[in-house]
Amino acid sequence: MTEVLRILRKHGFYYLLFLPVAGYLIIFKYVPMIGIMIAFKDVTPFMSMGEIVTSSFIGFKHFVNFFNSFFFWDLMENTLMISIYKTLWSFPAPILLALLINEVHNTYFKRISQTISYLPHFFSMVIVAGLVYVVFGVQGGLVNHLVVLTGGEPQHYLGDPRWFRTILVGTTVWQTVGWGSILYLAAMAGLNPETYEAANIDGASKIQQVRHITLPGISHVIVILFIFRIGDLLDAGFEQILLLYSPSVYEVADIIDTYVYRAGLLNLKYSFASAVGLYKSILALLLLLAANKFANFLGHQGIW
Amino acid sequence: MRIKATPMERLFYLGNYVFLIVVSLMFLIPFISVLSTSFISTAEWARRGNFVLIPEAPTLEAYQFLFGGSKGTVFNAYKITMFRTIVGTILCLTFTGLGAYVLARRNLPGRTFMTLLVFIPMVFSGGLIPFYLVVDRLRLTNTVWIMITPFLVNPWWLLIMRNFLMTIPVELEEAALMDGANPLTVLIRVYLPLSMPALTTIGLFYAVWHWNGWFYAAVFNSNRDLYPIQVILRSILYLGDASYRGDLGIMFEPEMMPPAQTLKAAMIIVTTVPILLVYPFIQRYFVKGMLIGGVKG
Repeated sequence: MTEVLRILRKHGFYYLLFLPVAGYLIIFKYVPMIGIMIAFKDVTPFMSMGEIVTSSFIGFKHFVNFFNSFFFWDLMENTLMISIYKTLWSFPAPILLALLINEVHNTYFKRISQTISYLPHFFSMVIVAGLVYVVFGVQGGLVNHLVVLTGGEPQHYLGDPRWFRTILVGTTVWQTVGWGSILYLAAMAGLNPETYEAANIDGASKIQQVRHITLPGISHVIVILFIFRIGDLLDAGFEQILLLYSPSVYEVADIIDTYVYRAGLLNLKYSFASAVGLYKSILALLLLLAANKFANFLGHQGIW
Repeated sequence: MRIKATPMERLFYLGNYVFLIVVSLMFLIPFISVLSTSFISTAEWARRGNFVLIPEAPTLEAYQFLFGGSKGTVFNAYKITMFRTIVGTILCLTFTGLGAYVLARRNLPGRTFMTLLVFIPMVFSGGLIPFYLVVDRLRLTNTVWIMITPFLVNPWWLLIMRNFLMTIPVELEEAALMDGANPLTVLIRVYLPLSMPALTTIGLFYAVWHWNGWFYAAVFNSNRDLYPIQVILRSILYLGDASYRGDLGIMFEPEMMPPAQTLKAAMIIVTTVPILLVYPFIQRYFVKGMLIGGVKG
């Protein structure tokens, strides 16, 4: 007891400072975590907080319904495929861009092209979606204009299941490639220039230098970012898809997050939507733990 | 010794420059195309009816429609965005700064537990619906606070801030205490001035996040008077041909309506220009923050 008093007297000020942060975290992060128990109940929209807490548990009914539903595999496939396609394109793109920018010796040109490439990172997803709407617009859009010029028929690309994922992936690359190159460029700047001079004297070509000096030199950054990406694999881009999709492309566009949004907030099936959300949260956590373990196994520090 | 470039290498450098110019244009062209669309007049749109790179008779029709009229929808939206950005950033910085300051104290008993309290929400969350129920039962929905109160701390940015604070030598604090300063004075007179670079960077992170935020303002709020600029843009983007007149009538005065595509383009520009204006000044802080944070940010 005296020990507690001694600690409080010495450190009480700092606990007091932390109180608002702890309060915030408990109310807005931990209460919703406890609130996930509604996935095991039947909560209706007009229940008060007290009624939600005291209502009875019904077990795994919502989970069973979800796993047995006809859209379960569609949602899994869409989520994973969109995410994997995005990774395949938007993961290597910044590495390639960084390699090319790294070969520019004119500082002015280098700085301008970098600055331009970062720009989309600062745009909200609504702005990016807006650019997509206008550029791919059926009437007056740049893309359809080019299609018509080359003898094609104007098309409603955003409403076409054959094109929708391509637009998602392209937009993601466009928005992330420049910003993503920063860490690689920083890692490249840290490599020893003498190594390159030695390689030059030995007659190593540009490609050989990239393969044997640059890439091994930045490999730790590549590995750690890749592991991060795997940990986030179930995030296929909720906001982006929500802003761009429409019922005509649900078959290729509807992911777990957009489904939770519609089932929960539009159709007010709170408990069922929470069950789907919990399923995703657990899967995501397992993926992250596995990715982190793998990072440690490779001898990297990992995420923690 | 500079080795003379071989013809092969010269070709590579040339190709590289050309490629990077093309890439840069890819970032600019969508924007330029939207800019020129926003200046097309109703008459020209009706006559030419397809893509126009340079309008023959550029007009401000669409902008007049957005800013004119007595409803003041766009002005009001700017006001809401300014409010959430300024008040939100100040509150975020206060909470994040205090949390980081406490977690940066190496000899504080219970520090590991408190760090864990911040860390766990980074890897697991209750999901959208329980979160909605909490903010709704707290009566935050349909108020301006729905955009601010539930988002006071970004755990990543708090930990970046903590790492920065841990680089400040403890000797400074010890010296101040020796001179009779109390812990509050140490915080305000020693740590606060030294943390300005990190506070600026994290503050800009929060400010841009608030400026760009739309989801919770659109989904957890149905009061049109509280729509920030991003949500107005979304509403305009969603105007289909069928509902065009009706929906627009609620937000604006619907006589003299410009073509949907022109209006969308103009609204994109209205939303983007403030970001473009500050971008050259804030960009380097972001790059720095990104490198400090290591990976995320």
